[in-house]
Amino acid sequence: MGVLMRRNAIIVFMCIELMLNAVNLLMVAFSKMFGTSDPQIFVFFIMVVAAAEVAVGLAIIVMMYRKVHSVDINILNRLKH
Amino acid sequence: MAIGCALGVILSRNPVKSVLFLIATFFAISGHYVLMNAQFLAVVNIIVYAGAIMVLFLFVIMLMNLNADAEPQKSRLVQFAAVLSGGALFLVIIAALKTASAGTGSGTSIDSSGDIGLIHNLGKVLFKEYVLPFEVSSILFLSAMIGAMVIGKKETVPAASTETK
Repeated sequence: MGVLMRRNAIIVFMCIELMLNAVNLLMVAFSKMFGTSDPQIFVFFIMVVAAAEVAVGLAIIVMMYRKVHSVDINILNRLKH
Repeated sequence: MAIGCALGVILSRNPVKSVLFLIATFFAISGHYVLMNAQFLAVVNIIVYAGAIMVLFLFVIMLMNLNADAEPQKSRLVQFAAVLSGGALFLVIIAALKTASAGTGSGTSIDSSGDIGLIHNLGKVLFKEYVLPFEVSSILFLSAMIGAMVIGKKETVPAASTETK
């Protein structure tokens, strides 16, 4: 919902983080329910992937801000031309 | 409380306030982890998210210096579609949870041995069965770090080289 509603790219990234955390919470609930520890390992790997993704994404946002002095994601429409 | 803070992330105008709401959300989620006997994940969540990623976000926001600008809103139609899709997903999740809780209420035994999430057992599983994904994730981290540096440096390196020429 936040990804669709906002136009600030940083807030879109934060909403992606929130969605990943929702999946993590669900995985921990599964691990509690079934009594295995495999989902917690998966949660660990999801955190790793999220951290890597945030690093690259924020670098992309910084580069975009240097180019066009804005973090509006509608400006990315210009990539079509 | 976690849901309220997450709504605060989405709805607040100021990006810095949004980041602070996000930190509160992560702490609430860590509290849920502790309640579900996953102490190691709670500690890792606080360290990684509230420690590292939020500092990164705050740093970028301060760097861009946009902490008080009025962001132009999307059109009404897109906003309505976003709220509608979010609400539909929420309804689906609620419906699924209703049947799930009815199923567990009828006698599925919930294993409540409280030592799954401790770092001792989790470490054993991680380094016995999941060694290869662990190493692959470390390589992913390294490549992401190098990639971020390359992307971030791309603007300054040609300028410096032209200045030296």
